[in-house]
Amino acid sequence: MNERITQEIQSIAASMLESGQVAAFLGYSQGTLPGTMQPFVARDVEDAKKFSWNSFCVINLANYLPALLRSLEPPRRRGEPPPEGPLPKVGVLATGCWSRNMVVQIQENQIERQRAVIVGISSRGMVSRRKLEAAVGYREITHIEEQDNSLLVRGDGFEETINRWDVVRDNCQTCVHPDPVIYDKLIGSLSGDRKIPDRFRQVEEIEALSVDDRWQWFQNEISSCIRCYACRNACPLCYCPTCFVDDSRPQWVGKSIDPVDTALFHILRAYHCAGRCTDCGSCESVCPMGIRMRLFTKKLQKDVLELYGFEPGLDPDAPLPLSTYKMDDPEEFILTHIKKGDKK
Amino acid sequence: MKPLVLEKEQAGHWLKGLCNNFDIFAPLPTDKGYSDWQKWDGGDLFDVAKGVPKSSIKTFFFPQPEVLFQFNARASAPDAFRLREPKCQDKPRILFGVRPCDARSVVLNSMPYEEDPYFQKRIQETFIVGFLCREGCSTCFCKWTGGSPTGTEGMDVAAIDLGQVLYVEILSDKGKRLVGNGFFRSPTKDEETEAKDFVEKAKGQALDQDVASILRSKGLMHLYDAPFWNSVSEPCINCGTCTFLCPTCYCFDIQDETLRGKGRRIRYWDSCMFPLFTQHASGHNPRGDKLKRVRNRFMHKLKYFPDRFGPISCVGCGRCVRDCPVNIDIRQVLRSLLEI
Amino acid sequence: MNPYLPYSAVIDDIFVETEDGNLKTFRIVLENEEDRRNWTHRPGQFAMLSIAGKGEIPIGIASSPTEKGHLLFTVNRAGVVTTALHKMNVGDPIGVRGPLGNGFPVDSELKGKNIVIIAGGFAFTTLRATLIYMLEHRGDYENITVIYGARTPGMLLYKDELKQWQERDDLNVYITVDREAPGWDGLVGFVPTIAGQVKPSPENAAALICGPPIMIKFTMPPLEEVGWRNDQVYLSLENRMKCAIGICGHCNVGPVYVCKDGPVFTRAEVQRLPVEF
Repeated sequence: MNERITQEIQSIAASMLESGQVAAFLGYSQGTLPGTMQPFVARDVEDAKKFSWNSFCVINLANYLPALLRSLEPPRRRGEPPPEGPLPKVGVLATGCWSRNMVVQIQENQIERQRAVIVGISSRGMVSRRKLEAAVGYREITHIEEQDNSLLVRGDGFEETINRWDVVRDNCQTCVHPDPVIYDKLIGSLSGDRKIPDRFRQVEEIEALSVDDRWQWFQNEISSCIRCYACRNACPLCYCPTCFVDDSRPQWVGKSIDPVDTALFHILRAYHCAGRCTDCGSCESVCPMGIRMRLFTKKLQKDVLELYGFEPGLDPDAPLPLSTYKMDDPEEFILTHIKKGDKK
Repeated sequence: MKPLVLEKEQAGHWLKGLCNNFDIFAPLPTDKGYSDWQKWDGGDLFDVAKGVPKSSIKTFFFPQPEVLFQFNARASAPDAFRLREPKCQDKPRILFGVRPCDARSVVLNSMPYEEDPYFQKRIQETFIVGFLCREGCSTCFCKWTGGSPTGTEGMDVAAIDLGQVLYVEILSDKGKRLVGNGFFRSPTKDEETEAKDFVEKAKGQALDQDVASILRSKGLMHLYDAPFWNSVSEPCINCGTCTFLCPTCYCFDIQDETLRGKGRRIRYWDSCMFPLFTQHASGHNPRGDKLKRVRNRFMHKLKYFPDRFGPISCVGCGRCVRDCPVNIDIRQVLRSLLEI
Repeated sequence: MNPYLPYSAVIDDIFVETEDGNLKTFRIVLENEEDRRNWTHRPGQFAMLSIAGKGEIPIGIASSPTEKGHLLFTVNRAGVVTTALHKMNVGDPIGVRGPLGNGFPVDSELKGKNIVIIAGGFAFTTLRATLIYMLEHRGDYENITVIYGARTPGMLLYKDELKQWQERDDLNVYITVDREAPGWDGLVGFVPTIAGQVKPSPENAAALICGPPIMIKFTMPPLEEVGWRNDQVYLSLENRMKCAIGICGHCNVGPVYVCKDGPVFTRAEVQRLPVEF
């Protein structure tokens, strides 16, 4: 199956680049280690041959999209409006969650819909390299061969066949929307929404702990954080020109690995992603220390779903609950003085 | 000093005997699936996989945060805002089970840190018991960088695991201080042969070139203007994974922090991958482009550092290769630089 | 000796240099008498001014080593530390770490030469140190020419001293402002333009140029036209600094550290470096 998808990606990308429909195409190429793939931008037909697809494409490609689009615009000074006429387009692969992040990016004015040529692929879930390593007892893996439902894993003196679904990432196992929600072209077919009755099970397990135990769990989870910001940088939602951790006037958060500062970073970042996170799992996949920070945003996802009946990225016209303001907002704190009848 | 032998069963007892005077650290399994440097809890010391633990040992030589100075931040105090050096109350420490690449990294880092009193003090107070490697992982490439799986640079005691026993060589005066407590004996002839065998047969990927001297001989701007930096830097997400896990990346930032009348000037690890690394207060940023930052890191490690100090600033441990989220592989960059 | 430990010092005087208040000259006196006696520096060197609780900043030393007993620093208000410094008062404690960097080679290569000092805006600070040093050792140098310009008359630094220098007959001083201004009867024109009019001869000469990169870019052509070579021109680079002793990695321009191998480089050296400053 991966071979078929790879062929299609290569041919679609080649034809889009050749016809000039897109100036660049964003996908993946083979990595240098088994179980790793590298995000790759092809700018001509030759490059398109390097595209590849398998179950290890774990980073959300929407992360690269705004910067890539901007880099294709003619250079201009800050404040100058973009030039007249159509700007170059970028082709990009999109699974369910990646496409939902693109919807959020469109809603938040980070990309223009007409400049992205989206090639949708329904996701079968991506494999967690970490889970795979655990499944073979952390013996070193030198070769991985994917079959449709299993992985043949070879290492020094061993060969094992691992059931694919067992090592699929946590977020993919509980994924409800594997299909791309917007696309200009589709590879393969759509599989429809999945029914997962206990999709928030991991969150509920933590919610069931006492407050003290929950705090203990949280502190333990982030104790190995080295403040590399791989999670933040891999996240398509984190596009602030100056992140709050980098501010100096005023400085909100200390920069060292002091546990209080680290806790503040993770908590605040999770809240900045509330109502926008699609649980693509990039943050967890890129963390070198194995921190499962997507559980923080998953909890907030659950809250937003329960409070507002909203899931981000499914409907480009649905207003984002945490950044939309209405005059009849039931909360008092925004319109307090008018509600109370004062004239200010 | 002649080589000695320690029965592995006795290793725990030996170290326990040193516990009063030293803090002892070893790479121990964590609940996240990898082994990492932790304070030794008296348990099994030999249950570690081959290769390197998750973090390097640079955290013992320049920890983060490291308090450079303390000061009184109450304006009314007579010594207000005058910096004073902190009183260091750490015990000396033993790092047990350091791989040759990590031990060598200490030697490489001491070169730029020659005048740094904090670093030098920690070098004197840290005792390294190294374990030679029988073979590396597929991501190890110490031989490319001038190291070796059986190298002993930077170690105070070098140990070879022969199964039942550890065959050790004492390499420094500090090392002598560790082995005086009666647990060690002389090796048998067989053990000596086994140890020699181990060293001769140790496997590691090698390049048949003196990498450092080739890179030193190449023109600076020739490497700087090479055409491949674009494709190397394109997937980079500018996180700090490579720099923070790397044993030989040593950039830091200094900040003052005050809390309730007490102040401290600390230094903590900084990464040249972060966009703010070179930003001036005026807003001007000489390395505002991602490509410039990625190129600068590799040029520093593989060209500027060897030009100034000799060896390349890389020990071939493979951590960045294994953990870079977008699989930017320094081995590919090295090869490209050697070929161009 | 801990190279990170600053000397304890006190702010002795504060003078607002420019009409917008953004540039102040701080007169700083080291607290310890022995430190005061032992301090010596070369013009062009800088020091890290340390404000406990805020941080440190690299500032060129504006006073010449011949001005004993105190140090002058002219500081532009830009970020966290400089803003805090600007809010400080006479008598407040401050730390000084230095002298750092290489400085201009006033006691070696520049001796016996005709000196041309060209500065723009508030980059004149270390050149003031250099000029005063040279005037104190006047016999060691041949002709000294100073070309200094600012946007407006109110933005010129060291106004009183400029007047005194203009009156000396062992010095050629050209002060200019970018545009006509009421009450200004001196030269009008950008520094590069004035340099083009003065046409200083490169014969046995060295030029010390400090200013924004754009000024340096436009000043070189008129000089090159009259025969100046890049190894006769000395520039002072700036970069973000933290440790200021060549370790922390922030200030590197290619293989050189601005704090340790610089900040003074000849233009020939700079052209062999990547443009990362």
